[in-house]
Amino acid sequence: MSAIGHYLEAAGLPTVSISLIRLHSEKMHPPRALWVPYELGRPLGVPNDAAFQTRVLRAALALLERTDGPILEDHSEDAPNRAKDDADDGMFCPVSFPPPAADESPSAILKREISGLKPWQALAVERRGRTTTIQSGLAIEAIADHFAAMAEGTAPAGSTLEGVPPAEAFKRMLDDLLAFYQEAATAQPGQTASHAEVSVWFWGETQAGKLLLACRDRAREGEYADLRFITERLMIPRVAREKLNL
Amino acid sequence: MARLEDLPPEFARHLAELPCPDMSETACVAGPPLSQRRVAIISTAGLGRKSEGGFNPGDADYRVIPAALPAADLTMSHISVNYDRTGFQEDINIAFPIDRLREMAASDEIGSVADYHYSFMGATDPAEMKPAVESLIGPLKADQVDAVVLIPV
Repeated sequence: MSAIGHYLEAAGLPTVSISLIRLHSEKMHPPRALWVPYELGRPLGVPNDAAFQTRVLRAALALLERTDGPILEDHSEDAPNRAKDDADDGMFCPVSFPPPAADESPSAILKREISGLKPWQALAVERRGRTTTIQSGLAIEAIADHFAAMAEGTAPAGSTLEGVPPAEAFKRMLDDLLAFYQEAATAQPGQTASHAEVSVWFWGETQAGKLLLACRDRAREGEYADLRFITERLMIPRVAREKLNL
Repeated sequence: MARLEDLPPEFARHLAELPCPDMSETACVAGPPLSQRRVAIISTAGLGRKSEGGFNPGDADYRVIPAALPAADLTMSHISVNYDRTGFQEDINIAFPIDRLREMAASDEIGSVADYHYSFMGATDPAEMKPAVESLIGPLKADQVDAVVLIPV
């Protein structure tokens, strides 16, 4: 972000950056930056709070009237009611899944889990007027079928999305599956979990998380280096890896 | 929450040790009063239109986001999984405050909102983004933009 500010300002375009990692702005001294004390992923602070967001944006844009750069100001207003991102008290449990029957297959458990989450995800879509499960173009059941088959070693080699390389297709479906679970988990009243809590819940408690870990094992054995890279490096959040030893 | 001391220690150390390009200071460009400026957003959240492909590792290019794009057609395909996405799922303005800019234009706090906004994917080395960023200077100036707000995730 800081580098983009340098490039544009050098070409005559006034810029101001919002900064989430103050240390990075200190090192790269962009022309103008406003550091905000918010969780990564939430540069404007609070979703659905227009007044709060406007205060952040107004503070950032105000710096444009100054030319005494490099400017690094702090925005002092904290976001309310967010857990610290290293918090893990085990209290986030948006949906209770009944224990599987003894003879229930992993894919059947996954389908039952998704059925249990669907009313909440539908509520999220209704309330928000949109879903973010739109990257693969596939229905969530088709995505679940693919990951279950891959985990069991029965998925066909190659891509499930026409014209899309295997690793990219995997990433699009992964993003959609994660978004489905996150939208469902946060739709319930009173759920304001942090990234850490949602991540630890997904990777520690859900069948989808278990099957994706099995997909990682299959990718290790497979022929696609790009897919291995995604499952090893771009699938499990660091916080979940640290807390769950994944 | 992006205070490093609030993050898990390993992740905080990783962020603290990320290489930052050594850039010399760039003089700030003056402009008209904010109430007369035309503002564009450049995000590094890996945003884009549903109708086009997402970002992949190493991508140094950008996506164009028309100001009028419906929220339902805006995707986030950043390759990192190490940040919160539930805020964006609830409200695009948490990372792409287009509605806030419109309100500020309506109340004459800013002059106007650009017709086009842009997104890169912030996991890529910024030095590799330089040609793409510089290729945006023409379109931004053609859109009469004289204020760019840069927003990470």
